[in-house]
Amino acid sequence: MDSDLSPQDKKDLDKFIKFFALKTVQVIVQARLGEKINTCSSSSPTGSDWFNLAIKDIPEVTHEAKKALAGQLPGIGRSMCVEISLKTSEGDSMELETWCLEMNEKCDKDIKVSYTVYNRLSLLLKSLLAITRVTPAYKLSRKQGHDYVILYRIYFGDVQLTGLGEGFQTVRVGIVGTPIGTITLSCAYRTNLALMSSRQFERTGPIMGIIIDHYVERPFTNMAHMHPCSYRAPGEDEGGTYAGIEDSQEVCTTSFSTSPPSQVMPSLSPFHLVTVRRFRLFNADFSFVSSAKFDSMFVCVCGSEVKTVSPSDALETTFTRKVGAFVNKATTQVTTTSLDLPFAAFAPRAYDLQENDPMVHPPPSPAPSSPLQGSLHSNTSSHSGGQPQDDFVMVDFKPAFSKDDLLPMDLGTFYKEFQNPPQLASLSIDVSVQSMAEDLDSLPEKLAIYEKNIDEFDAFVDTLQ
Amino acid sequence: MNCRSEVLEVSVEGRQVEEAMLAVLHTILLHRSTGKFHYKKEGTYSIGTVGTQDVDCDFIDFTFVRVSSDELDRVIRKAVAEFKDALGNSGSDGMGQISLEFYQKKKSRWPFSDECIPWEVWSIKVNVVNLANEQERQICREKVGEKLGEKVINIVEVINRHDYLPKMPTQSEVDNVFDTSLKDVQPYLYKITYQITDSLGTSVSTTMRRLIKDTLAL
Repeated sequence: MDSDLSPQDKKDLDKFIKFFALKTVQVIVQARLGEKINTCSSSSPTGSDWFNLAIKDIPEVTHEAKKALAGQLPGIGRSMCVEISLKTSEGDSMELETWCLEMNEKCDKDIKVSYTVYNRLSLLLKSLLAITRVTPAYKLSRKQGHDYVILYRIYFGDVQLTGLGEGFQTVRVGIVGTPIGTITLSCAYRTNLALMSSRQFERTGPIMGIIIDHYVERPFTNMAHMHPCSYRAPGEDEGGTYAGIEDSQEVCTTSFSTSPPSQVMPSLSPFHLVTVRRFRLFNADFSFVSSAKFDSMFVCVCGSEVKTVSPSDALETTFTRKVGAFVNKATTQVTTTSLDLPFAAFAPRAYDLQENDPMVHPPPSPAPSSPLQGSLHSNTSSHSGGQPQDDFVMVDFKPAFSKDDLLPMDLGTFYKEFQNPPQLASLSIDVSVQSMAEDLDSLPEKLAIYEKNIDEFDAFVDTLQ
Repeated sequence: MNCRSEVLEVSVEGRQVEEAMLAVLHTILLHRSTGKFHYKKEGTYSIGTVGTQDVDCDFIDFTFVRVSSDELDRVIRKAVAEFKDALGNSGSDGMGQISLEFYQKKKSRWPFSDECIPWEVWSIKVNVVNLANEQERQICREKVGEKLGEKVINIVEVINRHDYLPKMPTQSEVDNVFDTSLKDVQPYLYKITYQITDSLGTSVSTTMRRLIKDTLAL
């Protein structure tokens, strides 16, 4: 009963639960970004590190979490859930796990809010850090990139586990008793990764989720569900400040008392702007899942390249397919090799296949992240006009081991220019005509000289024999 | 007060011993370390911030989280390296046990030395297996990764029972509960010992150097 709780304790408890929920979301999403997380310990408390743990705040994630909470707190019958799903380059999607922050009615009236509950919530966050690296989705998230991306969605209310398929497993991260109920944190994760084909999964349009993406320039604000949660910064200082909590009214409790409960002394500190950094997409051939937790293997998806999503690209991640090893998309290969060309497989497929290829969507204004992708686009654009005679396909010459960078004289250009020896001056038409005439005129004189010196020539020939 | 005792068992290949032990020990210490205490007047104290770091294993398909403290990492690595060497040199079937014990110091009057009272002991039994070929090693990589995942879940389960923890000490008592020797984090007082089981099955007790900071000795 709340009446047993002092107003200060109630206020503190609500604050703890709110920030615990926000930090829980941060830990989960950051664990699915696809790279290792590294934060520094600090012996001096800064006043902005909730639960005495260095957990950075990605602003977009905080924003999404606050939006989902909509001013409420997780409570009895009101659970906060973070759903992690996978979306392939072909548009198939699958829920991988759902993290649930719930509260049940079992109360612990005697527990000290500002001390015991706070420390136990800190312990629970540490457990969450450990467990997020153990569930199967972690390995998948570390390999995301070309063939699939990992999305997250936060919702509030009833827990929905139906999307996890049959036989999903549950792992409990931990519980913390409070005077108003017991907080429980758990994860339900999928174990059955059946074949991912369009027949098995509904193509319901945009996935309800947020891309944990790296290359996005800015958030997708014009789509209801999809938001990237990347953040970028030039030269973040790892040992420096952490993201501050947006709400400047909220400071975290870092002072405790060894004597009987006394007034908690919050230490105020200026909140620093978020320093962010850009994450790098991992490129990995997503061919199979090796964890035994899954009952079946993923079907090999053909290698594809995830292009940078430019700011004007609103929602879609566009894909430019290149043929990779172990491609088992037979249709693509058949179409490609139907062109009667040597090395037809290496010809850009864009000009003929893109219209029929559902995977490739013409980007409104592509902003390639690397010159290599840029050159692929240049191929596309140069052929999109449609030449009347398509007997020959211009293949952009890319010599092996060369970097197609922005230097004016790159290896390819150099090679083309100096591939053949320069034309001999005497063989050029204009010059040769003139010299021929001159030669003819001077011929009699030369013959006369040679006849005069014939003895010398004979002696020379004798020396050679 | 009874000492809580937990036993974990892992079977690993020789080159996986180090990483497997580090994964388990660091996971436990992550939960048993706090930020540095800063005592103020009127009996209040504030706690520093603990950072965390993901560590990818080279020989196991596994990533674990450790406290961001290079000092602590060095101490644990040294202990694990000694255990691994002892395991390798024993000439036995490769069975041993490494124990992480958390204890409290209880001051005794002179001439008696302080008493160390353990309140939680984690024992990790290791069985080293030999593998014949690369394919088996690859399978072992994945299987040991899964097993370590299960161990992490076990550890978290025990920790979150919220059983006995030493009471937060006053400034004068802090060294009886915590290891205050590190600059950036403050684990509970702990020591690591190991035992190698020889081929006869008897345990040869080899006590490692104590990893405690005896403030009285300074």
